[in-house]
Amino acid sequence: MNSLSQYLELYRLNAATIDAGSAPALNALRQKAIEALTGATLPERGDEDYERTSVNDMFAADYGLNISRMELPADIAASFRCDVPNMSTLLGIVVNDSFRPTKSLLSGLPEGATFKSLRQAAIDGDPAVANHYGSLAPLTAPAVALNTLLTQDGVLIHVGRGVHIEKPLQLVNIFSAPTSLMAPRRVLVVLEEGASAKLLVCDHTQDATTDYLSSEVVEIVLAKDASLDYYTIEESSAKTTRHSNIYCRQAENSRLSAGTITLTCGTTRNDFSLDLAGKHAECRLAGMVIGSGKQHVDNNVILRHLSPRCTSNQLFKYVLDGEATGSFSGRILVTEQAKFTDAAQTDRNLLASPSARMHAKPQLEIYNDDVKCSHGATTGQLDAEALFYMQTRGIPEPEARKMLMQAFMSDVIEAVDMEELRDRLRHLVEKRFNGSQFGCGACTSACRPTEDEPQKSCQ
Amino acid sequence: MKDILLDVNNLHASVGGKEILKGINLQIGRGEVHAIMGPNGSGKSTLSEVLAGNPAFTVTEGSATLHGTDLLSLSPEDRSHEGLFLSFQYPVEIPGVSMVNFMRAALNAKRKYLNEEPLSATEFLKLMRQKRAIVELDNKLASRSVNEGFSGGEKKRNEIFQMAVLEPQLSILDETDSGLDIDALRIVAGGVNKLKTDRNATIVITHYQRLLDYIKPDFVHVLYKGRIVRTGGPELALELEERGYDWIKEEVDAQ
Repeated sequence: MNSLSQYLELYRLNAATIDAGSAPALNALRQKAIEALTGATLPERGDEDYERTSVNDMFAADYGLNISRMELPADIAASFRCDVPNMSTLLGIVVNDSFRPTKSLLSGLPEGATFKSLRQAAIDGDPAVANHYGSLAPLTAPAVALNTLLTQDGVLIHVGRGVHIEKPLQLVNIFSAPTSLMAPRRVLVVLEEGASAKLLVCDHTQDATTDYLSSEVVEIVLAKDASLDYYTIEESSAKTTRHSNIYCRQAENSRLSAGTITLTCGTTRNDFSLDLAGKHAECRLAGMVIGSGKQHVDNNVILRHLSPRCTSNQLFKYVLDGEATGSFSGRILVTEQAKFTDAAQTDRNLLASPSARMHAKPQLEIYNDDVKCSHGATTGQLDAEALFYMQTRGIPEPEARKMLMQAFMSDVIEAVDMEELRDRLRHLVEKRFNGSQFGCGACTSACRPTEDEPQKSCQ
Repeated sequence: MKDILLDVNNLHASVGGKEILKGINLQIGRGEVHAIMGPNGSGKSTLSEVLAGNPAFTVTEGSATLHGTDLLSLSPEDRSHEGLFLSFQYPVEIPGVSMVNFMRAALNAKRKYLNEEPLSATEFLKLMRQKRAIVELDNKLASRSVNEGFSGGEKKRNEIFQMAVLEPQLSILDETDSGLDIDALRIVAGGVNKLKTDRNATIVITHYQRLLDYIKPDFVHVLYKGRIVRTGGPELALELEERGYDWIKEEVDAQ
């Protein structure tokens, strides 16, 4: 069955409503999107060079869409448990697919920086939308075309030339709906020449009983000398499906340090398409996956070295327990022009149970001789010798296993460039392995965050 | 009658279907130091691993009790809580687990087993400081991952440090002298001697007489082909040093 047909049908019946709830600059691409989708299908297993997660299956269920933009009663104060409470951030919230600013954001952004609703930015005629919306994510990718067809709002982060935002920006995505819901999510990040910013994205759900589908397209444009830290932490529910498509294009001497951390989810597929387009650009990508139960987590990276003297480093680590399945597919493409490329990729995985499964596919594709490239992938089990050693010291086996799994993640935590996040991550990973409830578990203040400041009252 | 701490009777054990221990009998009283010597491949390390509960080995026959408690039915961690300690010939490196977290987990698990409250952070650090002094273990090592990047001597000192913290009743030191220079050997042996009381006991497994100059045994056993083939006093170790193992092998093989 072609999962696209139900969405195309929905669009045909509701095109006017969708347009009315959005903005001209976003509506302008819908016609091209529908042309791209005509006769298309979402990728299934085996369709792609990489083939582990069927996007068609992810979109198959009959999810509702909130195209008439009903204000859904998201009780953020009750539902939102921020897991990075000690980080002082400039916070924006997306409930399903609608952006809501907070006080900290409205008052804390420096001159020359924008962090706002994509729809509002488009209505206001923000040139960043006109110049860059849809510029990186190609409509030839059916998932991108579908997102473009249905997106009504999203997030724009635009940092002007030479502007540095010291405080990290935080974007919290929350799902909240009475019935199953699909949300097209769209993020556009534009850093002009010499600009810098840090962005932390957290995915949550208000409840663990509703089926949610996040269809996300992220476009990141980094101009010359720009620097971005971009980290995402997914702590959703077992009934949540997420397909995230991240496109980044880096100009000369720019720097991207990105991290994708999946702690809890149902089915997750992250597709990264990263272009090192200008010379001396640097890209670091860290990935951490902790899977248990029937979680399925897939990270698929295509990183293209298109210019000379760029460096890239990828480190992905998975710990899979229960019947969890993981996939990592990473292709590094080095073109003929990309002389003196320095590219490294490491994927290490730990299977903590006999029924967990991991698929790893590291690939190098190199078209010139002056390069330094490495890749490696290993999948193993817990070290039996270390386990026995710990037991002889009196550490009970279940605890010893947890300590070893946590230790396995230590280097990928160290690879996180956002210092504020590192300590918090250690704590989150420990909690995750302890199986404790997410939220401010270590916090005893029983705070009631306010909607304006959902996290700051929690210390 | 002497107070028996460890009582091993007719212990047989195998790995991968191959029998290594073929009927070990060994009684160790409180306050005693026993040396177990023997040629390579005689089963010395297997005996220590089996007593500590390494799941790689299967006990096929016999019994082993510690202060009357059946050891063989206990998990490795509970054997530790009951007072057994094995100092490894090759201490395992555990990247990413800090010494501090490792020791805290070990100590608190034991206290829980004994229905005692966990130590406060201050008490714990004080204890670590005291015990480190016994083997002159550098404070810097405490913040590192367990055994990672430790020199051979540091690893062995770290074993005795852990022994000092856990205060076992029976310690098995498996080839503690291997890979040690003479200064490290003196420090490690000094640590073991400081921890000796009339209530605990020590098994020293070694190839060489050298270690026994520092840790004086009351009894010396020779293990060969999975059995204890000879038992004597400290003079037996000196005789082995002088004559080697061949004469014992010949005697046993002739039988």
